Amino acid sequence: MKTAILSIKNLHKRYGKVHAVNNVSLDIHKGNVYGILGPNGSGKSTTLGIVLNVVNKTSGEYSWFGGTQETHQALKKVGAIIERPNFYPYMTAKENLELVCKIKGISYSKIDEKLEIVGLTDRKDSKFKTYSLGMKQRLAIASALLNDPEILILDEPTNGLDPQGIIQVRDIIRFIASQGTTILLASHLLDEVEKVCSHVLVLRFGEILYNGKVDEMTSKSNYFELQSDNNNLIIDLLKNNFTVDTISEVDGKIEVYFNQELEASTLNRFLVEKGIYLNHLVKRKLSLENQFLALTNQNNS
Amino acid sequence: MKRLLSIELQKIWKNRASKVLTISYFVILSFIALIASIKFDIGNFKIHFAEMGIFNFPFIWHFNTYIASTLKFFLAIIIVSMMANEYSYGTLKQNLIDGMSKKEFILSKFLTVVFFAVVSTIFVFIMSLLLGYNFSSYNEIGIVFSDLEYLVAYFVKLVGFFSFCLFLGVLIKRSAFAIGFLFIWFIGETIARLTLTFDIFPKSKIASQITQFFPLESMSNLIVEPFSRLSVIKNIQETIGENNSKDFGVHPIAILIVLVWTAIFIYSSYLLIKKRDL
Repeated sequence: MKTAILSIKNLHKRYGKVHAVNNVSLDIHKGNVYGILGPNGSGKSTTLGIVLNVVNKTSGEYSWFGGTQETHQALKKVGAIIERPNFYPYMTAKENLELVCKIKGISYSKIDEKLEIVGLTDRKDSKFKTYSLGMKQRLAIASALLNDPEILILDEPTNGLDPQGIIQVRDIIRFIASQGTTILLASHLLDEVEKVCSHVLVLRFGEILYNGKVDEMTSKSNYFELQSDNNNLIIDLLKNNFTVDTISEVDGKIEVYFNQELEASTLNRFLVEKGIYLNHLVKRKLSLENQFLALTNQNNS
Repeated sequence: MKRLLSIELQKIWKNRASKVLTISYFVILSFIALIASIKFDIGNFKIHFAEMGIFNFPFIWHFNTYIASTLKFFLAIIIVSMMANEYSYGTLKQNLIDGMSKKEFILSKFLTVVFFAVVSTIFVFIMSLLLGYNFSSYNEIGIVFSDLEYLVAYFVKLVGFFSFCLFLGVLIKRSAFAIGFLFIWFIGETIARLTLTFDIFPKSKIASQITQFFPLESMSNLIVEPFSRLSVIKNIQETIGENNSKDFGVHPIAILIVLVWTAIFIYSSYLLIKKRDL
């Protein structure tokens, strides 16, 4: 098996009484796009902060590229943006990127190319403080791309942007992903992760709830919405004749999750045979949002 | 090392406020030469500084390094703010993420401190040499290049003081508060010194033996004031009958104490950054 780009084992971080990261383990492999999902305060940024050398771990291990290099050397091959774009406001975009080149120990040759990718070529000689938030975020992406990184880490890249800015940033991310760059994207925006990521890690209260492919997140990926004149009768019938996982009545409609694969027509025929005619029957695919909520609620109880 | 220094100098030089302060510092430093032209007459009593012997070799080394070191506050402000800004811009975090190690980060700041001290020392050296050759009564090579330990003391004094400022910047994270804290520290040290000298150990050397280990006191001990060394002042003192046995030399122990403080400040800055969650 090829070595992981990033490997985290049993990572813990405590801030006083708060257990911000609780026993997180994961491996990041080349070429995949990973999403880290979790509500605010679930430990996403802390986990990323630890592997990026700005937050001290309480215990556990992590290693970059098989652990052959020191963290700060490895980070020169990583591109990362965390939370908000951090640059020197009194320098121009170009000067800021030159500084990053000096830190990473690379030549200035890629600066123009990367500014072109994020569409800031026209403004490269403007001071950073004159930029809008969207432009700042795009500059941060250009900066993270300067060294053609093996992995790009993005923490809430669309946070605080207007819809246009969000679209621009997403397009850039999708473009980068299409080039085969490994991406680790932390977000609380589920559709963002759903649109871009192949793998997902769900965090809550610092613990991993799920780690795997996006489409295998929960077993109950499909559910039915039913409605008739006598909902209670349906509930009883379904409970007695199928292996029902959960069933509930929401806004006069029954939402039912089966533990078995079931076609809508099968269900319809069954109910007709029992003399029930439906006003409403929909088979729905669970969106990532629902899956996420299902997952977090499931672990709540 | 060149890489670290060039990173840091870019950060400072592109900042307009720092740039103006740096330039003003060197311009004002060169105005020490203007003291030469100070002349005033009080009736029959004529005062012309240049003719009083302040620019005589080797006294000029003492005089100029002392005057020049009072201007160190200009650069101190730059050093405190260059550190505090890294916190407020969030660039400390970003520099680390971009692949700088915490050690390199502190090292780049320290190199800048040393760089400022080196440039200041060279500047004062050249300026004193020029002034001396213009006004000094003695121009023999042996005399010109004697007492150069004042330049060493000046260099160490700047490095020590700037390291203290850097440490305060790392510790306090806000430039205004860090400079305020420096001032409070100075007052605190003064009060402690006065209490020790006049209340606890009056008329003994114990007080000064203790206070020489205080950071700011140790720095100011490196170059003692040169004024009472002037022949004019000496004459006056002798007329009054004051016994002047003051030691004006640069003491290795004073240099050592400041170097130890420098090491403590820089290492503590590193530990602070290492231990903190940024």
